Amino acid sequence: MPAVQETVERVKRIDVDQYRYGFETLIESDKAPKGLSEDTVKFISEKKNEPAWMLQWRLEAYRRWLTMTEPTWARVDYPKIDFQDLYYYSAPKPKKTISSLDEIDPEILKTYEKLGIPLREVAMLEGVEPKPGDQDPARRKIAVDAVFDSVSVATTFQAELKKAGVIFMPISEAIREHPELVQKYLGSVVPTSDNFYATLNSAVFSDGSFVYVPPGVRCPMELSTYFRINERNTGQFERTLIIADKGSYVSYLEGCTAPQRDENQLHAAVVELVTHDDAEIKYSTVQNWYPGNSEGKGGIYNFVTKRGDCRGDRSKISWTQVETGSAITWKYPSCILRGDNSSGEFYSIAISNGYQQVDSGTKMIHLGKNTSSRIISKGIAAGKSQNTYRGLVTAHRKATGARNFTACDSLLIGDKCGAHTVPYIEAKNSSATFEHEATTSKISEDVLFYCVQRGLSQEEAVGLVVNGFVKDVLQQLPMEFAVEAQKLISISLEGSVG
Amino acid sequence: MTALLEVKDLQVRVEEREILHGLTLTVNEGQVHAIMGPNGSGKSTLSHVIAGKPGYEVTGGQILFKGEDLLEMKPEERAAKGVFLAFQYPVEIPGVATMNFLRTALNAQRKARGESEYSTPDFLKKVREVSKSLNIPQDMLKRGVNVGFSGGEKKRNEVLQMALFEPSLCILDEMDSGLDIDALRIAADGVNALRSPKRAMVVITHYQRLLNYIVPDVVHVMSKGRVVKSGGKELALELEASGYAQFEDAA
Repeated sequence: MPAVQETVERVKRIDVDQYRYGFETLIESDKAPKGLSEDTVKFISEKKNEPAWMLQWRLEAYRRWLTMTEPTWARVDYPKIDFQDLYYYSAPKPKKTISSLDEIDPEILKTYEKLGIPLREVAMLEGVEPKPGDQDPARRKIAVDAVFDSVSVATTFQAELKKAGVIFMPISEAIREHPELVQKYLGSVVPTSDNFYATLNSAVFSDGSFVYVPPGVRCPMELSTYFRINERNTGQFERTLIIADKGSYVSYLEGCTAPQRDENQLHAAVVELVTHDDAEIKYSTVQNWYPGNSEGKGGIYNFVTKRGDCRGDRSKISWTQVETGSAITWKYPSCILRGDNSSGEFYSIAISNGYQQVDSGTKMIHLGKNTSSRIISKGIAAGKSQNTYRGLVTAHRKATGARNFTACDSLLIGDKCGAHTVPYIEAKNSSATFEHEATTSKISEDVLFYCVQRGLSQEEAVGLVVNGFVKDVLQQLPMEFAVEAQKLISISLEGSVG
Repeated sequence: MTALLEVKDLQVRVEEREILHGLTLTVNEGQVHAIMGPNGSGKSTLSHVIAGKPGYEVTGGQILFKGEDLLEMKPEERAAKGVFLAFQYPVEIPGVATMNFLRTALNAQRKARGESEYSTPDFLKKVREVSKSLNIPQDMLKRGVNVGFSGGEKKRNEVLQMALFEPSLCILDEMDSGLDIDALRIAADGVNALRSPKRAMVVITHYQRLLNYIVPDVVHVMSKGRVVKSGGKELALELEASGYAQFEDAA
């Protein structure tokens, strides 16, 4: 029958070939020599004009890293990475400190424009920047930090944030301008010895964002960072550090894209969050790194360590992630619930298509009394992909009254993909209440037929069912990004019906 | 009278097994046809093939709808042309509010026909009117499609869609299954309200009971993949008294 034949055709050109952000920007760049050694670490530190303590910190991490081996427990499979065959630093020329947008290479500005990320504050304020057809004049102000390969190229709205007392700047600048804050917090959540990739990141990270929200301040706008890997054979190692002091609040969003390349690129980031008493951080990610082509060639290896420390009483950290890209994802945004009555949340949508492999989840570590956590994970596997949820919920001996609720739902599209759930639960305090629910379902032929009988196309039907499936998580995203994410989900699954 | 649906010598296989062996049926505009027959006679297969459900192989014959070859169209094109199948077991779609589903589907059909999409106020007004007449509370429309609906609610939701989409051909597949007498009456009243000189209905059922509420113009008896007898509404009563056994032998 014609309908069936067309579906087969569609499956053949699985969506990952239609990656929208696969263009490359031709600019000159300034790179460190290939390979990793103490000299590379010194080179990066020197480029960044860092104080001696920072170099020392990096070198210690590097020496530690030499003694470590790559973790192999995740349900992902990839050829061994040659860490000497990578560039660890790449900066777009000119490399001198950039003080205004006008000094940025127009090619880079164009790149961000293509991505739909406005860096020009004026344009943002007047709302003239939106894409054609976008008629939403009430766009909220969003401060953006743009990271291109290894360096931050622009941070918007700095002045306005400064008025509120909020520090939002590239971490390389923070190291020079706010050394006391950076020294106090850097590595305090993810220590340099934490794991293979985090330690590597500690040695060679080149840039990222730094946020400090002073006591009692509610950050007046959304903060966001856009990461773009452009150079060939370059690893991107960014470092993000966000501190919410007593009674403060900040919402932060990161987005990631990369050009389409045949070879794999390494991305090993570290994100550290700290909340003091009564403070709250909401951290959202829309990750759309290049996933590789329909034969599984190319794509980003995304090995990321993200952890939040609810250090103060009644503090809260909430992670929301929409993961649609990367050839391999290895990522477990976690919460250490140290303060009494603190709470952690993890909302995740992980979509895999083509040959993508996802091993992602969270850790909720209950240390304080009456701490609570909530995990809502939605995994969607299509094509020939493998999608694993791996999570740990643990209550320490002193964590009286700890509570967790976990719901892990997996949705399979087609019969060549896999969904796996690996929950670890440990309660060392008898008063802990942990609930775990898990489901795995398939988009059935019957549901699709019902929808097409009512006039929807096959793809609209899949989009509708999937959006229903992820609704609980999408609601957690800031409004503007929820709309983007919804579109991204539909694009990621185009042609996945089989 | 103009023929709306013409099924000619239809032969259908499912996994090497022939289910329909040359079925012929003509339904004119404004008519209500009942198709009766025992389990396995091919009634549901016929409804699925008309609507375009995958998994059936048409090996012979044709289906014309308003003179066009239906088998050449995708299921969603058939829907947009005015073919509506009320399911025996409507599916559940968690997380998709019924209201959102109705609107998405209606606009998809209108778009396919080159008509403008409904504005939100117009759409809401239309849904409110229709749902009120079917005794469907507003909060039901906010819930996920058919999620947690009773059997009666699911069938009323089917009738609601029929009323909204205004199809020219409604196929009702075992609409009475799983309904108590009150639920059946509400659903049947909804269907009767949709009878019109331009619209035809094909009512598939085991039992004569449903035909007390939706009175057909023509009754067909199916057995072993063929129509073995056709007649007026009195044929249904006759069947109720004598059973299907005589036709099984005849076929």
